[in-house]
This record gives sequence, structure tokens and C-alpha cells, in this order.
Amino acid sequence: MENANATPFARALRGIGAGLRSFGAPRIIIIVFLVSLWITSTLLKIPFPAVLSDSLVRLGMNAVLTLAMLPSILSGTSLYFGLPLGIICGLLGGVMSIELDLRGFEAFFGAVAMSLPLAVLVGWGYGWLLNRVKGSEMTVGTYIGFGFVSLMSFGWVTLPFHHPEMAWAIGKGIRVTISLEGRFSGVLNNLWSFDILGVRVPTGALAFSALCCLLVWLFFRSRSGLAMKSAGMSPKFAEASGINVNRMRIRGTILSTVLGAVGILVYSQGFGFLQLYQAPMYMGFIAAASILIGGATLKTGRISHVIIGTFLFHSILVVALPVANTVSQLGSLAEISRSVVSNGIILYALAQKGGAE
Amino acid sequence: MSQTEEFVLRMKGISKEYYGTKVLKGIDLEIRPGEVHGIVGENGAGKSTLMNILFGMTVIHSTGGYQGEIEIAGAKADIKSPFDAMKLGIGMVHQEFMLIPGYTITENIKLNRETTKDNPVSRVFGPKLKTLDMASMGRDARKALDHLEMGIDEWARVAGLPVGHMQFIEIAREIDKSNIKLLVFDEPTAVLAESEADNLLAAVRKLSASGIAILFITHRLHEIMAVCDGITVLRDGSLVAHKRREETTIEELARLMVGRSIGDMIRNPAKSLPDRNALEIRNLRVQMPGEAAKGVDLDVKDGEILGIGGLAGQGKIGIANGILGLYPAEGEVRFHGEPLPLNSTREALKRGLAFLSEDRRGVGLLLDMSVEMNIAATAVEIQGKFLRRFGPFSQIDGKAVRAHALETIKALDIRCTGPLQPVRRLSGGNQQKVCIAKALVLGPRLLFVSEPTRGIDIGAKRLVLETLVDLKERLGMTIVITSSELAELRSVCDRIAIVHDGRIAGILNPDDDDAEFGLMMAGDYGKR
Repeated sequence: MENANATPFARALRGIGAGLRSFGAPRIIIIVFLVSLWITSTLLKIPFPAVLSDSLVRLGMNAVLTLAMLPSILSGTSLYFGLPLGIICGLLGGVMSIELDLRGFEAFFGAVAMSLPLAVLVGWGYGWLLNRVKGSEMTVGTYIGFGFVSLMSFGWVTLPFHHPEMAWAIGKGIRVTISLEGRFSGVLNNLWSFDILGVRVPTGALAFSALCCLLVWLFFRSRSGLAMKSAGMSPKFAEASGINVNRMRIRGTILSTVLGAVGILVYSQGFGFLQLYQAPMYMGFIAAASILIGGATLKTGRISHVIIGTFLFHSILVVALPVANTVSQLGSLAEISRSVVSNGIILYALAQKGGAE
Repeated sequence: MSQTEEFVLRMKGISKEYYGTKVLKGIDLEIRPGEVHGIVGENGAGKSTLMNILFGMTVIHSTGGYQGEIEIAGAKADIKSPFDAMKLGIGMVHQEFMLIPGYTITENIKLNRETTKDNPVSRVFGPKLKTLDMASMGRDARKALDHLEMGIDEWARVAGLPVGHMQFIEIAREIDKSNIKLLVFDEPTAVLAESEADNLLAAVRKLSASGIAILFITHRLHEIMAVCDGITVLRDGSLVAHKRREETTIEELARLMVGRSIGDMIRNPAKSLPDRNALEIRNLRVQMPGEAAKGVDLDVKDGEILGIGGLAGQGKIGIANGILGLYPAEGEVRFHGEPLPLNSTREALKRGLAFLSEDRRGVGLLLDMSVEMNIAATAVEIQGKFLRRFGPFSQIDGKAVRAHALETIKALDIRCTGPLQPVRRLSGGNQQKVCIAKALVLGPRLLFVSEPTRGIDIGAKRLVLETLVDLKERLGMTIVITSSELAELRSVCDRIAIVHDGRIAGILNPDDDDAEFGLMMAGDYGKR
């Protein structure tokens, strides 16, 4: 088959073909879908710069949440469907920072600092549990996440938070949605932000996400990072190398939980609100779908998968909403497309389990 | 038995290749009705392949079929599937019981061959909905059990029965088939206690007296001598001998089974060993499923290559796995005079032991990681090699890892596209070399090697073994090789310990008599 006299053009085509194959069918489909949405939106006279601005904002808001999937995947506990646990730790930090009446950067970093010990503790307990249900981490994780969200619905009512900005007007507990206006709303998004060709770049949020990614990348190039990766890739190999596999899995889960806590605070500062009660329920699925679209599998993943995946997934949501609203009267079309894409891609990944290279 | 009586089974010139490797070379086999015929051979001699052919297993037909002829009861047979074999009256008593624990004995015996009777629904919707005739099924089961002199209740559940009983239920299921002519027993006594084994042998004799021919596969030679009329010995896929029981002895069978097929293998230059022990093992018990060590006492001399041989399942694999802490172990192990804490892989590696696992692809390698990281990973973890430190933090020193990998690839001649190639893509021999490289980075004083040449082609085998001899010669490393291939051990080892039933049966020199090896492996050494 190989023709030594193949023209450079033919060779280039073959190269492109191989490149596309390694890039993976799901990513290509998603990109084609995204580009066609972009074209449609332009045809519908929806300003493209505004769409792109929103995409960048969403990337900054969600990258850390998606990043939270990575340590779990690499340490061998598969997708981190327990993400609501980390999110709730972050929300608790946020609520505490308001309760303490902190403002601006102080409020944001205060929230991060207060959520960290919680996240470490919760992550350790969750990791301990996952070590007892090896093989069904994803199912158990999903339900632990659901259960914890429901449990915390009681928590938000009963925990002793009294600050008038959060409390219900009548009765006990704190509200479902808490505005961060005057607290830490937009502290990262507006930091060093600038406009270029009508596109607003949320430099602070992107830089903060990049910093988190860099730290995780560095961690996986360290001795304990390598041990964690070995434990995730082949527990038997790790044990034969004197690595305590269960400990590595717990550490990976703690790291994921911490990133989930930090991630939701980054998300909230961009969104402008803390969303409590049932809101964290399905966020794990969005983050899982994002990293899978980016090219990760249930056993392997990289930082690049986090970034590409978050951008693709959220860009589709951003552009789908105005396009859907213009094209159809069906108001919930954007929500529907989000469900289809996120659940579809998770299903795809589960079906590929073991089959994919 | 008259010579004119026709044969139940005749196999003529059976040969089989798997991907160009000949695993059976022209095997002939003839069995008369009521004859008990034993097949003996080491692991890998070709016994299972021969049986797979007889049963028409898909693994045979999906790999190009076989050459040769099979005749059942005088008629040429073309067995394409286990179903064909069943129709021809060939039955098999499996090594692992194929019984459903939650069903009664009767249900298990009659599974998929149930007696049924009509009912109104089945008259309308077809025979699939017929009612089970439990009473008649119970009677059949009773008859089969009585035939085996089993007093057990045919309505008892299989779950919780002793293994000996389960084996008998399997046999009862086979003899309940009305047309059964030939019954194959595949290592039937492997899981049985001695008294149960005696019962089984009695049942075998009784079955053969009723005219059923029996193929008895085992490596327990005294059982062969106890029940078999004719004996076929296989070695390395070739037919070595047909013998009548009267005209042979256990020693002869042992010698025939082991034989010599080393050819021009590497020779480990013998030299006088220091009388210093590198490793002293006392009463080592290892809970490794299927390869349990049950009280091993063994000394490894400093600077020698010690072989550990024995048949599969006898516990030879458990020894290294136990000392390295991969399976729970008890007992006393001293390494260069110091007590070695058991059940801690980390401690064992830190003190200068290293291990090449028999499960190369599972335990030995990170298949999706690069060659260079596979070589470095364990050293990073155990010795903190290849690291740059920044206070409490560390980063892997990519340059050092690369430099070392390039050097090793050259020194061990690892064929790969480069240090970044994932090891999954390498051939078995080259993967084994990566494993060796991984162990060598640790600078071990003693190296355990399990099944070093399993799944490796002949040429690469030689290279791997040569590398091991070279390590001993050049670095003075003490090496313990565990292998199922006796010929391989005899070609490179200074001494060979044979494991039987979880214990050391004895230690032999590589050039000791074949019969000694055979008897020790079969557990019949010094029994008579």
C-alpha cells in the first residue's frame, strides 16, 4: 500500500488523517457542531465578539471545576462524580466569608482559605469510602454526591448563619441564592481585564485557572504525583513498587475535593451569586462531560483535555442559548441541548470503557 | 480385553500450530472400550491442546484447525464444536466444577437435558414451555449417583457440599447421558484430599468396568499407576511413548516426562560458590491463591543462580511473591543475616531485593507509560533517584531519566522506537528487558525472577537468560529464578529446588538424573 513516490500532497493528507484519528471522533463532531452554531449565530446577526466574550468568561469560571476531575481520574478512582462534595465545601467557605463580613479579594481568598480544611477533611472521608467500593466508584460517587446535596439542604437551614444579606426574611436558615454584589462578585473576572476587537478578556479568572492548572501539572511531575499516577494506571504495578495504593487514591480524592471547592468559588465570583440547596446536584456531570469532550478517558487525562474540553463544552452552551431563542419559541432549548450534550458524552465515554485505546 | 475389539477413540497424527508455533507434533492415541488410559506430561506438554481438539473447542478452529484424523467408535469424526463431541458420546469432568450452587443435585445433573411432559400451555405455544418432570429426573439422578455408590440425597443443594462430592456430581452428570462412550478426567484429583482421591480412583475403575473408556489426565504418577491400563507420555508437543502399565515403572514415566530438550542453551559457567547465605527462608507460608507456599525452608547462597521449579499450582510462584510482600506471608526470612520484615514491599525493595514478576504486563509494567518512565518509576519512589528537590517539593529530573534510559536501552539492547514509546507496543522479549532494566536501576543485591521467558519467542528467551547469567558473572548478583520450564532452569542454574505441595521437595544439581526431577515434581520422591 505504501507508495514511496507518494506526492507530498498525498502524504500531507495521510498525516492529517492520522492526526484527526488521534484527535478523536467525539471532539471533531463537537467542534463541527460548535463552528456551525457560530456560523448560524452570525447569520442571525448575533454579535460574534459578544459570544466569544461569554465563552471566555465561562472558560474562566468552569476550568477549575473541570480540573477537579483530573486527580481522581489519574489516581484510579475514575470520574469524580462526588464533585458536589467539594462544591459544598467551597460554598460553605463562601457563606462563612460573608458571615465574617469580608469584602473584595479578602472575601474571595478568605472563602478559599476557610473551605480548604473542610475540603481536605471531606475528601479524606470520601476517599476512605471509595477504597471500600473499588470498581463501582462512579455509581457510588454519584449517589454520595446526591445524598450530600440533600443532606446539606437541611444544613443550610439549620447551620448558624445569621448575616442579613443571606438570611431568609422570615424564618430560619439562609436563602437559595445569595448575591455576591459588594462581596467578591467579579473579583477575578474584572482583574486586569481588557477589550480587544470587541472581545472582553477576563484576564484574572483565566490567569487564576491557569495557575491552578500549572500547580496540578507540577504536582504530577513530582515524586508523589508519579506515585499517584502509577497507582491509578496499574494498582498491581504500584504495589510491586512499594506504593500504598489506597493512600494514593485518598490523596487524589482530597486533591479533587479541594479543586472542587476552589472551583465553585471561582465560578461564583464570575456568576455573581452563591447557589445553595439543590444547585450543586448536577454540576459533577457538567465537569465530567467537559473533560471527556476534551479527550480524557475514564483512566487517563491531561491538563490540555481540561482546557480544550471546558472551552468546547461551555462555548456550545453560550452560543446555543441565543441561537435557540431566535430560531424557536421553545424557551428551554438551550437547557435541553446542554442535557443532550453532557449526558451523551458521558454515555459515550462509559460505552468506550476498555474499548478505546 | 481382546485385541480385535474396536477402538472407542483413535487419534492419528494429530498436529496443531498456534501462529506458527508447533504445539502438537503427530500425536497418536488409541483407546478401547472399558480401558483407562492415562496421559502424562509437564505443563505445556500439549495435554490441554489435545483435549481441546477432541472437544472441538473454538480456540482450535479459530486458529486454523488441526491436522490429523479422529475416529470415534470406528467412524471418522469431524468434531467442530463441544456440542458435536457431546453427541458422539464424549464427556468431560472439569477441573473447575461447572455446577450451579443454588440448584439441587438433580437439577445440576439434568441441566439443559431435562425430562419434560406436556401441559395445556405447551400444546399451544410449543415445547419450550413444557413442564419439568421432576419425579423422573430425580429417578435418573438417583440411578447415576447409585452407580457411583453415592448415598447423598439427590434433592440436596450443591452449595456447601464438600469438593469431593461436587466432583462426583460432575461425573454423575456425564454418565447420566445415555450415549456416553468416553469420559475425560482433567486433573481430577488436583483439588481433592487424599481419601477423596482414593474414592475417585475407585469410581474410575467401576466406570471402566461398565464399559466406558476413560482418559485420565494428571501429573500424579502414582495415580496413573494405580488405575491406568495404558499410558501415553507427551513432552513438548511430541509423543514420547505408549506404555502398558505392567511394563513400566514410576521412575521410567518420570524420566520420560522430563527428558532433555535443552539443545544448545546457554551454559552458566560453574564455579565454586562461597558458603555464605544471601537469603535464609524458614517456614515461609504465603497465601497466594492457587500458588500457596505452605512452609518453605530454603537457603540461597551468595552469588549463585538458584532455580525454583515444580509443576503449576504447587506454590513455587508464591515464594518470591511472598518475600516481596505482594501476597500475605508469614515465617522467617533473613537477608544477609538481617531479619527481613515480611508483608512490606517497600522494605524489601529498600534492602536490596528486586523482583521480576511472572505477570509482566500486569505487575511488571505500566503499559501506557513510556519506556523511560517505566524504567525510572520504581527508583523514583523507593530511592528518590531522578529527582530535583526544592525544599519540601520535588520535580522529576527529565534529563536524568532520559540519559539513563538511553544508556540502558543500549546496554540491554531494548528494541524500541525511543525512550518515549509506550511499553504496550514492545514485543514480549523487549518488555521483559524493560522489566530487567527497572529492577537494575535499584541496584539490587538479590534478584527474584519469575517465569522470565513466559510468552517470549525462542530467540528472545535466549537473550533474556543470557542477560541473567551475565548479571551474575559481572555484578556478582544473586539470582533466584522461578520457572515452569525445567529445561530452562537446568541450563542456567547452579542448583535447582523443586517445590511440591507448597514445600521444597528437594534440591538437585542441574545435571542430576531426569528421573529424580520427574519424581520430585510429581511428589513421588522417596515415596516407595
